[in-house]
Parts: sequence; structure tokens; C-alpha cells
Amino acid sequence: MKLDARRIGLSLLAPVLALVVAFVITSLILLLAGDPVAEVWSTLLREPRPRTVVNILNGAVVYYLSAIAVAIGFRMNLFNIGVEGQYRIAAFCAAVVAAQGYLPGFLNILLGLATAMVAGGLWAGIAGYLKVKRGVSEVISTIMLNAIATSLVAWLLTKARDTSAGSGSNVTNTKAIPQSSQLDGFALVPGASNKVYTLLVLAVLVGVLYWFVLGKTRFGFDLRAAGQSETAAVASGVKVPRMVLTTMILSGAVAGLVGMPLLFGQDHNYGTTFQPGLGFAGIGIALLGRNNPIGIGIGALLWSYLDQQSNSLQITAGVAPELVFIIQGVIVLAVVIAYELVRRLSVRLEQSKVARELASPSAPTPEGATA
Amino acid sequence: MNRSLKVAAAVSVASIALAACGSNSSGDTPSAGAGGSAAGSAGGNVKVGMAYDVGGRGDQSFNDSAAAGLDKAKSELGVAVKESTASAGEAESAREERLQQLIEAGYNNIVAVGFAYAPSVAKVAKDNPEVKFALIDSTDAKGANIQNVVFSEQEGSYLAGVVAAKKSKTHHIGFVGGVQTDLIKKFEAGYTAGAKATDPSIKVDVKYLTQPPDFSGFGDPAKGKTAAEGMLSSGADIVYHASGGSGAGVFTAVKAKPGAWAIGVDSDQAKTAAANVRDIILTSVVKRVDVGVFEFIKQDKEGTFKSGEAVYDLKSNGVELATTGNHIGDLKAELDKVKADIIAGTIVVPSK
Repeated sequence: MKLDARRIGLSLLAPVLALVVAFVITSLILLLAGDPVAEVWSTLLREPRPRTVVNILNGAVVYYLSAIAVAIGFRMNLFNIGVEGQYRIAAFCAAVVAAQGYLPGFLNILLGLATAMVAGGLWAGIAGYLKVKRGVSEVISTIMLNAIATSLVAWLLTKARDTSAGSGSNVTNTKAIPQSSQLDGFALVPGASNKVYTLLVLAVLVGVLYWFVLGKTRFGFDLRAAGQSETAAVASGVKVPRMVLTTMILSGAVAGLVGMPLLFGQDHNYGTTFQPGLGFAGIGIALLGRNNPIGIGIGALLWSYLDQQSNSLQITAGVAPELVFIIQGVIVLAVVIAYELVRRLSVRLEQSKVARELASPSAPTPEGATA
Repeated sequence: MNRSLKVAAAVSVASIALAACGSNSSGDTPSAGAGGSAAGSAGGNVKVGMAYDVGGRGDQSFNDSAAAGLDKAKSELGVAVKESTASAGEAESAREERLQQLIEAGYNNIVAVGFAYAPSVAKVAKDNPEVKFALIDSTDAKGANIQNVVFSEQEGSYLAGVVAAKKSKTHHIGFVGGVQTDLIKKFEAGYTAGAKATDPSIKVDVKYLTQPPDFSGFGDPAKGKTAAEGMLSSGADIVYHASGGSGAGVFTAVKAKPGAWAIGVDSDQAKTAAANVRDIILTSVVKRVDVGVFEFIKQDKEGTFKSGEAVYDLKSNGVELATTGNHIGDLKAELDKVKADIIAGTIVVPSK
């Protein structure tokens, strides 16, 4: 039990250390730029208004899904950088299918979600197939597929464009999904005029499934084993190529869900105002959360919090909102470094503990000490 | 894990850095702009909140033109102003939040620069009926407290078409559009109509750099250069661009071909473009976003705010041809005649 308490302390140490480092570095940058340091932090750390709280939650829901999609790949040592392209393709397909209204209300939403998962999974599956059959690095192929996805969706959008708004409009989007399939949201935060995405439920569900499937099932064990040591996995009977393909498809399927809270809860169509960049944010958040479903949740909230507070930054403190990009970037770097430092520290602590126990006359057998 | 961790860290930091690069060429300008904001309180109760699109103050084009109108209002009307700029790739809710926060900070006249604000203006205007909004370049959001500031780009482009047809020696001209939206098609339609009316046998090459939702065509000089080079090598000798930042590439390409001319857009580009290409800019179709912004603020101050479309056309000098360099001085009489005909309605300029 004592060891557990120390381990928890150590695992909390890393993110806290990273945040402190980010705080110091950002302050230095502000000082160098001659910006008001105190005002910036008091603006960023001010208690958000109810409406902003809702926006933070909503942003976090989307980031969470994106980071889980990335984390699934990470757990198998697969670097799915293509979440960006996968969620765009998926959101476009889901928007087009859901807009047709083949099924009534709620069922139509399920159809939309299923379409997104299939589209995202298939798109990621291309990279998985190339890796398994041709040995193409998934880093390269998913980056390329991102570029292809952007152009492909742009082209398809000109075909599937909703022209009912008449000419003169610059907003290019698909037809809106039927009213009965638009989700109103939960009024979770008292005093806020806006609502939390209904598909918050989806994010929670995905998080629980991620924890359960990867941590508690045979499949999850195989996946992690293949990630940690391919030879060991092969020796224990895991078909690694098949696992690679499955993991990529799974990661892509979850990536497909990223745009769904936006589609059903906010935009109701796919178009020029659909938020880009979510896939890349997911990479940083997955790192921040150490692939842990709860850690990722905290990371997503932090990211979204910084995003939202950046708006008041330019209005009350007169500092460019891009400062938040700097903070986010420094946090990611600091987290990676901090984890490494903490890992070394824990190894050293372990070693000194073993050495102490060996040195003491009443020490049990050496085998026992290393346990 | 270790390998992916490193690559992942590198990539995610790089993507954040790229996002930061893409969104604002001069990071310190918003703070500089906001610095002197509280000073204008002497001008009574009109407080103007300005929400720029990506790029913000300092983009030498669209946003800067709006900023010029704001600066004029600040010095001439003494209104208090507060500025805020969109980041690349932000959530739709961030745009709403920006408008909402400006309102909460007491700025009750909001200028939303760019059509991308249409959905958020629609929402925020409904929640704040006492606040007045100007939405530049879009009629997608309408309401009793929204003024849609739009421009007759096709009319200015028609004049540019007339100029091009008169000046072309090869009877072959080009048009480079940034992104194939209805807005940019207005430029093309007016230009082509003006050229064909002047010289029915003229050949007009048309090229759009990107299709929505890929808006990189407004900021990619390399694409602009390639497109213009293609037209010039096939015989065109005048290229008109409506492609924002990509225009720099069009100018570079035109500069490389002796005897060829370029026509600029939005601002008087013979004054704002890079110094080494200014001499090949025949004229520019100037879109007076500054006038639109200034008029809106003036109306608010005088209590004459009107909702709905405020159209800035040739008649109200909302669009005009720039005469810097006096390259089109010889056509003045003719252009004045065409302009008068457009205003009188004898010439009807198509908008698509």
C-alpha cells in the first residue's frame, strides 16, 4: 500500500511539473515581449462564466474523442496522425447520410454515428493495409491521407452542396440534417444560456469502453502486448499484422465520432464552418493524459479551458490569443520531459530502496526485495 | 511507446506552431491595437467592438481596410473601440464567444469582419436585441439589429474588364480567383462582361486556385504564380486577380513577362503590394470596406442605424478603380461614361 501511495504521487508529479514549467516559460516569453504578465495570468485563471463553462465542456467532449482515437493507436505503438483526415471524411459522410432522413429521429442519429465510424474506420484502414502488406510507415501514409481527405471532401462538397440558400452566399455546406435528429443538449450548467452537447454521453461511453476493452479483455491484452514487444506477442500466439489492421480501423472508427457532437449538436451540416484541427489537438492531449481514459479527460478539459479563456485574453488583457498556442505547445513538450524525469527518479528511488534493504542486516532474501 | 512519444510530441508541437504561424503574421499587432482603446471615451456612448477574421489587423488587405475605417471613426467621431481577432481553426463557439465577450465588456456596436461570422452573428444578435451589428460581406444572417454591409464587386470588376480589353494587345486576358465561392464569382462575372462588351472577340482565361472548404487559395502566392504563368504563356497579357494574399504570386509572374500588366483588388495595390512589383499594376478594383465600417459607426452615433443590406456600389463610391501611376488616365472619359451608364442602369452588370 505504501508503495502505491508513492506511485500515485510520482504519476501526479509529472503533469504538475509540466504545468509549472509551462507557467514559467510562458511568463518569460510575456516578459520578453513586454506584455503584462500579471494581467495575462489573472485573465486566464479567472473563474469562467457559466456560458464559458458550457463551451469548455463542449470543446472537451470533442477533444476527448479525438485523443482517445489517437491513444488507441499509441497503446499498440501505432502512430495514427491521420485522425484529422479521418474525422473530416467521417463527418462529411455522416452529414450527407443523416441529411437524407432515411430513418426517423433517434434512429437517424444512430445511422449517422454508424456511417461516421465506418467511414473513419475505412479511411484509417487504408493506412493499416499499407503498413501490413507493404510495410509503409503509418506516420507517412496517414499524413498523406490527411491531405487527400481534405481535397476529397472539398471536391465532394461542391457536388453535395446545399443550394437552397440562394446565390451570393459564401457559406458552402451540405444539406442540414432533419429537425427531428438535431440534438438540443443538456442544460447542465445553471445560469448558462447555451447547452452541453447531448453527445457528451457518447464521449463518456467511448471512454468507458476504451478502459474496459483495452484493460480488461483478451483483445486488449493482445493489443498492448503487440505494442510493447512484437516478438513476445508473436510467441504468445498473437497475429500481429491482423492486430495492426484492427487497431488502425478501431482508431479510425473512434476518430470518425470526433465530429459527431458538432454535427448533431451545433452545425447540423458539414461545411466551411466545420471546425478543423481537432485531430492534431488530440495527439497532444493523448500525450498529456498518458493514454489513460481519466488522464485524457483532464487533458481535454485543460486544452478546452485554455482555448476558451484565450478570447478574453485579447479583450481584457490586450494580448494576442496565439499566446495560448505557445502555452499548449510548451505544456506538451514539458509533459514529455517531465515524464522521462519522473521515470528516472522512480527508477533511482527503487534502486536506492533495494540497496538499502540489501545493506540492512535484517534484509530478507534479495529476490524478495526486488518484488 | 518511446518512439511514438517522441514523434508525437514533435508533431503536436509543430502543428500548434503552424497554427500560430498561419493565423497571424504579426503577433504583436492586436495588443498594439487594443492598447489605446479606452482613450476614446470622450466621444459619447458609442463603443465599437471589432471582430476581425483570421489575419486581423496587418493583413494588408481585407482586415486592414476594415481597420482603416475603424481608425477613422475613432479619430473623427471619437468613439471607443476594442479589437479582437479570430484564430485559425477555432471552434464555431469561439466566434460566438468573441462577440459575446465584446458585448459584455460594454461594446454595443459590433462589426463582424468577414462572412465567416455569419452563423455566429445570427445567434448572438438574437440573444442581444439591443446591440447593433454590422456583418461585412454576407447576407447569410439577417435581423432587425443586423446591417449586412455588402459591395457591388461586379461593378468595379466590370470597369476593370473594360480597362483590360482596351489595354490588351493580344486580345487575351486572364482572371485568377482565390476560392471558388459566389463572392469571387461576382468579380469574375463583372470582369468578363466588361471585357466582352468592349471587345466581343476577346479571350478570357479563368482559373480558381482552390474550392471551398479549402480556403488556402486566399493565401497561397505559389498557386497564384503558377496560375498566372499558365495564362501568360498561353498568350494573355493582362491578369486580374481576386485572390487575397495569393495575388503576390500573380504579380511576380506578371513582372517576369515584359509588357504584361496585372490588376489588383480590394486595396490600391500599386501602393500596398511589394515595392518591386508596383510598377506592373495597371489599376486596382478598390473595395471600400473602410467606408462601410465608418458609415455603420457614423449611423450608430447619429442614431440613423438601418438594418438589412447596405450596398456599397459604384454610385456610392463603395467600389472604384485606383488611378495610382496614372496608367489608365487615357481611358478616363470612356470609364466615366461606362460608370455613368452602370449607375443609370443602362448597363446591367451580371453578378454570376
